Amino acid sequence: MLATKSNNSPFVLKPASVRSVMVRVLLALIPGVVAYVWLFGPAILVQIALASLTALAAEAIALHLRRKPVWLFISDGSALVTAWLIALSFPPIAPWWLVVLGTLFAIVVAKHLYGGLGQNPFNPAMVAFALMIVAYPLAMSQWPAPGGDFSQHLNAIFGHRQVDAMTMATPLDALRTALHSGATPAADSTNAWLWISLGYALGGLYLLQQRLITWHLPVAFLATLGLIASIACYADPVRFGSPVFHLFSGGAVLGAFFIITDPVSGCTTPRGKLIFATLAALLVWIIRTFGAYPDGVAFAVLLMNIAAPLIDMYTQPPVFGHKGKRTGGLS
Amino acid sequence: MLNKLFSFNGGVTPAYEKTRSAEGPILPVPLPAELVIPLHQHVGGPPRPVVQAGDRVTKGQRIGKADGNASATVHASTSGLVSAVEMRRMPHSSGLSALSVIIKPDGLDAWGTAKPLDLHTASPTEIRDHLMQMGVVGLGGAVFPTHLKIVPGQPKALETLVINGAECEPFITCDDLLMRQRADTVIAGVALMCQIMKPDRTLIGIEDNKPEAIRAMQQAIEAQHDKRLEVVSVPTRYPAGGAKQLIRVLTGIEVPHGERSTDYGVQCFNVGTAVAVHDAIKLGRPLVSRIVTVSGNVRRGGNYDVLIGTPMRDVVALSEAHADTNRYIMGGPMMGVVMPGMEVPVVKATNCILVGSPKMFPPPPPEMPCIRCGECAIACPADLQPFELYWFSRAKIFGKAQEYHLFDCIECGCCAYVCPSHIPLVDYYRFAKSEIWAREHEKEAADHARERYEFRQYREEREKEEKAARLAAKTAAGREKATAALAVAEQPDGSNNTAEKDAKKALIAAALARAKQQQEQAAAINTAAALSAEQQAEIAAIEARRAEIREVAKPHLPPDN
Amino acid sequence: MLAAVLVMALGAIVLGAALGFASVKFRVEGDPLVEKIDAILPQTQCGQCNYPGCKPYAEAIAKGEAEINQCPPGGEEGIRKLADLLGREFKPLSSEHGVEKPKSVAFIDEQTCIGCTLCIQACPVDAIVGAAKQMHTIIADQCTGCELCLPPCPVDCITMEPIAETVENWKWKYPVFPIRSTH
Repeated sequence: MLATKSNNSPFVLKPASVRSVMVRVLLALIPGVVAYVWLFGPAILVQIALASLTALAAEAIALHLRRKPVWLFISDGSALVTAWLIALSFPPIAPWWLVVLGTLFAIVVAKHLYGGLGQNPFNPAMVAFALMIVAYPLAMSQWPAPGGDFSQHLNAIFGHRQVDAMTMATPLDALRTALHSGATPAADSTNAWLWISLGYALGGLYLLQQRLITWHLPVAFLATLGLIASIACYADPVRFGSPVFHLFSGGAVLGAFFIITDPVSGCTTPRGKLIFATLAALLVWIIRTFGAYPDGVAFAVLLMNIAAPLIDMYTQPPVFGHKGKRTGGLS
Repeated sequence: MLNKLFSFNGGVTPAYEKTRSAEGPILPVPLPAELVIPLHQHVGGPPRPVVQAGDRVTKGQRIGKADGNASATVHASTSGLVSAVEMRRMPHSSGLSALSVIIKPDGLDAWGTAKPLDLHTASPTEIRDHLMQMGVVGLGGAVFPTHLKIVPGQPKALETLVINGAECEPFITCDDLLMRQRADTVIAGVALMCQIMKPDRTLIGIEDNKPEAIRAMQQAIEAQHDKRLEVVSVPTRYPAGGAKQLIRVLTGIEVPHGERSTDYGVQCFNVGTAVAVHDAIKLGRPLVSRIVTVSGNVRRGGNYDVLIGTPMRDVVALSEAHADTNRYIMGGPMMGVVMPGMEVPVVKATNCILVGSPKMFPPPPPEMPCIRCGECAIACPADLQPFELYWFSRAKIFGKAQEYHLFDCIECGCCAYVCPSHIPLVDYYRFAKSEIWAREHEKEAADHARERYEFRQYREEREKEEKAARLAAKTAAGREKATAALAVAEQPDGSNNTAEKDAKKALIAAALARAKQQQEQAAAINTAAALSAEQQAEIAAIEARRAEIREVAKPHLPPDN
Repeated sequence: MLAAVLVMALGAIVLGAALGFASVKFRVEGDPLVEKIDAILPQTQCGQCNYPGCKPYAEAIAKGEAEINQCPPGGEEGIRKLADLLGREFKPLSSEHGVEKPKSVAFIDEQTCIGCTLCIQACPVDAIVGAAKQMHTIIADQCTGCELCLPPCPVDCITMEPIAETVENWKWKYPVFPIRSTH
């Protein structure tokens, strides 16, 4: 909303903007992307470019249709963040239309139909992921082996599908199959995902240092996931995956620092964040272990998004002078 | 200096810009052509004017009488002639006018008789009355009448007296300069407050970006050998100078909204108020001037000793505003209010005139949607969730806003300062608060009206019943009287009675005679020669018609008797 | 089969007991609905709703005899609140009952007043002071602006004055005025 404002105090403002917030989030994603490219080749960059272009185009059209100032809003960078998160959570060799369709849905339906930036109850990137994995489970499960040939990848993205030769299951998927068949998943793939996760974690630390996120969400999320996985693995190592698998394969670290930390669709009170992250981690583990889909981060986040306003309402922090008294919630 | 300091959550550190005005002495301001002294300068009831146009006043003479206890007296700031008592534009965001006393100075600036107060003989009530008569109000910006806060002989002992010299707002240096240059008077005032309120300890909180003020105050305390007082350097962080925040920092006590700090054993006064208390009690001089910082878009910022009622333009002229000046802001850049014009007067609340230009305080960038990033919640010194309050205020869901403690908001501006979406958050809270106040006021009025309506109905019912009862009593009495009269008439010997009857007959006869005479007179007018021939003809015609009608109507008329 | 029946029976008994307990424990005295409606009404007591006062109108609404849009002083906001409270559909103010006007108070021109006391008798909240053949005046703070004193005045000396905005009752405005981009 472009608006003329009444100009009252404060007359000085900190040099901060939504754009600078979003740009720093994109910066924080770069270490993970670098690791990704290093280990799986530049195909992911193609996906990021596809998603970004689609997101910007969709955003521009949506803003135009909603009669909002296009440049002001498109330059805030929020569409790019959504696009990057979609690209990073989709398989790097997914066909081009998959990422385009997902991004379109995220921007147009999950974001603008709910009222645009700041109004969406669900994380748009996770909406895209959930929709696509439900609609195209096969295409969404084709992951390349580390290394791999870029031209082959390009062919997979744009050309005819010859994917079987180079794809393999995600470590989580592999784990699932392996646990059933008794084989161990490929070590190099596991290592690759470990490095990428560390890249994301590095970016997460940058976000923490920049005070764009607080420690509550990532710490509670990763700690809970690790703890449950440890307990389960200790109880029955054959049936349940090890904590290292749960933490460093799939989207756990990306989710912990970049997805559950989305303040629009998540919790904002300190206690609320802890509850949100803990329950999200629990759901991730349950979905991964007992569900039909390879990764549970998207579904866990979407389910928790629904609960976020309620959690926030009941976890309002005590107000100055009212400490020790019950605040918030129903009264 | 072994005090343990506490801290409040949140706060921000904007550019302080204090050096723009913190140098040089506190300068006097020449007498302006006219002083505009608004009667209502404080929190509480508006005072009533006690002078009228044409009156001569001396400096310090009362011109506005406190209306009720929660009010303050207003005085002439200089000697001269009252040229008018009229509506003038107030230094208020509304730009509306209020009743003001306009004084044309005579140039003598002559004080009336001073009425100092001897604290040793004065009773608590006398002290309070004296401060009220002297128009002493809080000079930190809230202008709350001081006599309501200085309560000698409280049932609960005052543990800590907090003197606020923090002055956390950027640009403002009036308290800093006051402490640096008039530390002795400040300390004397604080000592008087101690004498009245008898606190266990007195802490003077000063932000650590004012080392000279801290030193000057410490020296003044040492010079007076006053062991009760202690200067505490507090970390510089806006809004450390908010009364609640400073109390928290110095004592660890959090005073909730709507409760009195004295209930928690603390009271807080501004250093400027201490000087005003000193002047009122020791010198017997009412509050007619204050120190005002002029800063911002001016050639040389500074501090001035300004008479209340001096037009702001006259004060700013001394600092030489740059040509692109477009507005004055009363107060600092975080909480100040835009003045509706440059001619509005300096009032007791004016701690700073911040001269603004589009370059110095550029219009804010366009408002973006809230992304709930939580920066505001981190910055909020009242531990609120500003983005939730914003949401509810924007949607006009006022009940929810109140549930989320809207009224604990001190409007310090920290949230809007940090907001990456540039949302004028405080404006939303101000809007919501004034809507809620208006609704509460309406509700009160409605309840009152209901009560009066119901009472009226009750009264009407009661009156009806009373009337019926009276009527019944009357009929009963009338019947009795009739029987009694009958009994009298039946009496064989009625000499008295006949006499009475004769008298009555005579009266009636007289009345009849009078009536007849009047009738004749009326007839005489109608038949008088004064009437024109036309009129007489008309009368004759009417009479003829009447006779005709009478003829026609004869069979139907009752027989004449 | 028997177990199922027993379970159902037990459930019925437990729930019944709970409901019975709740009805005793959380009993509500009187007719709170009328009170609640009355609390929303502005208490102008003007009778524009065709009822002799706010309370009778509240009673009529509670009984379902009156619509919720018959109160001009309550205005649109009042109708919305009533609609919220009663779960009825919002309706615009019915024009036959009047139009929403800015809040006003009555003002007696004391030069013209003949002291007939007719307005005093008409005022529903006793906000007029005066006596026979004495000048009358309005207690502005207590005047609800119902205008009931206007018709009885034989010399038309009463006028309605809108309440002026002062520094004391001034309100902060809604801070943002949206402008849509033009294309």
